[in-house]
Amino acid sequence: MLAMSYRGPQRVRIDHKPVPEILHPQDAIVRVTRSCICGSDLHLYNGSVPDTRVGMTFGHEVTGVVAQIGPEVQKLKVGDHVLVPFNIACGKCVFCQQELYGNCHESNPQATAVGGIFGYSHTAGGYDGGQAEYMRVPYADVSPTVIPPGMDPDDAVMLTDVVPTGYQAAEMGGIQPGDTVAVFGAGPVGIMAARCAWLFGAGRVIIIDHLDYRLEFAANYAPCEAYNFKSLGDPVLFMKKTTDWMGADVCIDAVGAEAYGSPFHTLLGRGLKVVGGAATALHWAINSVKKGGVVSIVGVYGPIQTLVPIGNVLNKGLTIRANQAAVKRLLPRLIEHVQNGILDPKALITHRIPLEYVSDAYRLFSAKLDNCIKPVLIPPSVRS
Amino acid sequence: MRNPVIDPSQVKGWGIDADPRNDPTYPMKKRNNGEHAGYSWERPHQQSATVEVLHSNERPNVTAAFGTSTPPAGLSGMIRRSAFKYSESSYGHWLPLMLADRVGVVEGLLSDLAHGHVPNIYTEMGGKAEWKHNRTNLVAGIVVGAVLTAAAVTYLRSDRDDS
Repeated sequence: MLAMSYRGPQRVRIDHKPVPEILHPQDAIVRVTRSCICGSDLHLYNGSVPDTRVGMTFGHEVTGVVAQIGPEVQKLKVGDHVLVPFNIACGKCVFCQQELYGNCHESNPQATAVGGIFGYSHTAGGYDGGQAEYMRVPYADVSPTVIPPGMDPDDAVMLTDVVPTGYQAAEMGGIQPGDTVAVFGAGPVGIMAARCAWLFGAGRVIIIDHLDYRLEFAANYAPCEAYNFKSLGDPVLFMKKTTDWMGADVCIDAVGAEAYGSPFHTLLGRGLKVVGGAATALHWAINSVKKGGVVSIVGVYGPIQTLVPIGNVLNKGLTIRANQAAVKRLLPRLIEHVQNGILDPKALITHRIPLEYVSDAYRLFSAKLDNCIKPVLIPPSVRS
Repeated sequence: MRNPVIDPSQVKGWGIDADPRNDPTYPMKKRNNGEHAGYSWERPHQQSATVEVLHSNERPNVTAAFGTSTPPAGLSGMIRRSAFKYSESSYGHWLPLMLADRVGVVEGLLSDLAHGHVPNIYTEMGGKAEWKHNRTNLVAGIVVGAVLTAAAVTYLRSDRDDS
């Protein structure tokens, strides 16, 4: 089968690999129908995540048709078209039992700090991902969900990560009616977080980024106020002024390790890679939120130390909430929102690219070329 | 030092201010305090290890399911094995893994060549997308690189001539 293959920082290609096999009684094999490139895949692409091995296939935002099931799989059958949440969750461990599906303790032997994630390095379990024609799906009865009849596959694939992550970002903010919510990062997750902040009753939503085309999209889609930090000068000072010197009630970091805006963070996090990423957005979030406010983190950072103004967290009495989205927990509500037209996730997809052109797709997304917001890879079997 | 087992119910004031509503994890966590019983749940069937799987020393075993992509091999594999002797809290774990990743890139190139495949670095880096959507910057980058290289070569040659 065709599969994306990581070759080194900013180098990927299409290779031929064997079709995956059932390795566990609760496995399924799916024939991939859609696979997005996620903003967090760029951390892998840029070589920022430890234990990212040459030859691995990325891809954790996947839909597919069940091609084979293991002997213990009961809820899915061959031929079902499913959306596959990015978390690999056993459903039995104490963390899954508490609906912390992003923190499963039986899916990632290499690290205890994160559950298994498809195609996300050996630090997240060493699973090949779905930027391929087929993918192995462990614990197939737990998270994978049959796509409801009539749902657009493009909407379905966005429900595997972008929508739940954006929604949980807002949920973790503990937004109260009338709150001012500031979202740092106008990528797909940031835009979705801004959209979802309204669902929790925000009174004002502000999004900050440095790319005008994304800000313009966010302003229309969310809808929300959108500002380019390059023209603001100091975004923290701007946030104080625009909230009558109080600070935002809730700040959301939807950027993570690849942030722009601070040469210091860029050098240490993106250049030298001696810290867990360029934490510029998180730095601004902590400093822009009001005293006693909430900072919600969904931007992904590496596992080593990251430079943030933790002293201000203490002195301002902040609450920090963070996690990988528990997709399975949120899916019923989010499917409802999509079906009722509250959320329109497929509108974020700007590029549909044949899987064979995965190198160009990564470059396009990474370098923000052609006004790219969200690229989806389409395998040849779907196009024929 | 003695560390006797303490019965909390015997501690003066134990639980008098407990408030179950004070749960900052709500609604993300459906609290059941199951973790107080330790690693005691009924585990899923254990996947057979068909390839070498390294596991964090912060857990006693390999998880019931795991990925089998790209098992450790070669020099990078040796470095990875040694990294897993250290906990996830240690630079001794993560920095060798980053080093192994870079060694793996060289091993990947050598493996390609050994299999008669010369990797097309330009294509792998998405050069066609740059050419199509960012041609001016791509050409400018190539020109600047060429000028700097030529300047460096000229300087080194003149240095050699002087000596």
